[in-house]
Amino acid sequence: MANDPIHQFQISKIVPIEIGGIDFSFTNASLFMVATVACAAGFLYFATSQRGLIPGRAQSVAEMSYEFIAGMLREGAGSHGMKFFPLVFSLFMFVLTANLLGMFPYFYTVTSQIIVTFALALLVIGTVVVYGFYKHGLHFLQLFVPSGVPGALLPLVVAIEVISFLSRPVSLSVRLFANMLAGHITLKVFAGFVASLGALGALGVGGAVLPLIMTVALTGLEFLVAFLQAYVFAVLTCMYLNDAVHPGGH
Amino acid sequence: MFVTSAYAQTAPAATDPHAAPAGEVHTETGAAHGGEHGGGVFPPFDSTHFASQLLWLVITFGLFYLLMKKVIVPRVGGILEHRHDRIAQDLDEAARLKAEADAAVETYEKELAAARSKGHQIAETAREAAKTKAAADRAAIEAELSEKLAAAETRIGEIKAQAFAEVGQIAEETASAIVDQLIGAKASGEDIKAAVAAAKTGA
Repeated sequence: MANDPIHQFQISKIVPIEIGGIDFSFTNASLFMVATVACAAGFLYFATSQRGLIPGRAQSVAEMSYEFIAGMLREGAGSHGMKFFPLVFSLFMFVLTANLLGMFPYFYTVTSQIIVTFALALLVIGTVVVYGFYKHGLHFLQLFVPSGVPGALLPLVVAIEVISFLSRPVSLSVRLFANMLAGHITLKVFAGFVASLGALGALGVGGAVLPLIMTVALTGLEFLVAFLQAYVFAVLTCMYLNDAVHPGGH
Repeated sequence: MFVTSAYAQTAPAATDPHAAPAGEVHTETGAAHGGEHGGGVFPPFDSTHFASQLLWLVITFGLFYLLMKKVIVPRVGGILEHRHDRIAQDLDEAARLKAEADAAVETYEKELAAARSKGHQIAETAREAAKTKAAADRAAIEAELSEKLAAAETRIGEIKAQAFAEVGQIAEETASAIVDQLIGAKASGEDIKAAVAAAKTGA
């Protein structure tokens, strides 16, 4: 059971709740969503509670993440995109904290659930579509008609643009989900090798050194991936929001 | 052996002893994993929990978003803006102080130049005054000296004239005495006078 690499993604009910025949139980995944929010919000709240003119370490980290996302959004979507700053900042902090919390042994990785990442991706694309139509009306559809394309090619190009737009929520969610899932499975498999080889006696213990080294290296890699995927998610969010703000600006 | 270990792990969870054998099979091999979480689905794709996942995601992320939007973002933005303003203000203050210092230096330079020119002027005036005074003194002394010289010359002339006048009388007396000795008779005064005068003019 402990060696089962899939078991870590198992959802178990903590407080069973059922409303109208639908299961809304408070599960271990829900618990770690709450933990993610508590960690991220708590850190940001207490780190900045001093409001120091000269920041301490924690406040520096909070300010750095703020300026990091602000710079990314301004670069990606221009100054008009800054109205989405709370959204992008929340997404980045939520995904990053969830990814990093998942690195603790026995902790549940919220972002390894396709439904969670898909919901976040739909939130982004939904924001893009709603804001795009709200702000630009039907001009938003210019997004699918790049300027300077010969008339004969236009239907083809529009079709490609529409397909690429529709695939965005899928690629956005699957990228994050698959990275977290695969990373954790790989870690678990190599760590499992250490345990099962170690049980085989002296030779096995010698042989277990290799997967152990691999596990240590992979752990480092997974921390990088945890940050990188949050970063990629935020960058792509900024790029998609750019389409909502400047639909003609391809 | 595997079965018993698996049984040991699942046994506490299984409340119904009749369900235990089923639990054994599930946990033992990779192929049987699915059975554990209903429907044999890979857990991330297990749609039975989607509703609960979505609900809790909406609750937690919604709260997080609100907290970020209402508290954290304005606060951090405020901190950064405040710092930015403070730095700009400090820079302005520094620029103002520098301008002030520059003005003070300029004033100092100006005053220094003024004082220097004034000092120069005073020295010039003093030198001029001293020069004038020296010239006046010299002129006065020269005038006095030439006056004294003139007085001395006059006096010398007088003495000379007096001496010449007295020379005639002495010559007459001497001539009278010589004549007296030579001829033993008194020559008349008129003759002697005439003779002396003739000698004088002849000389």
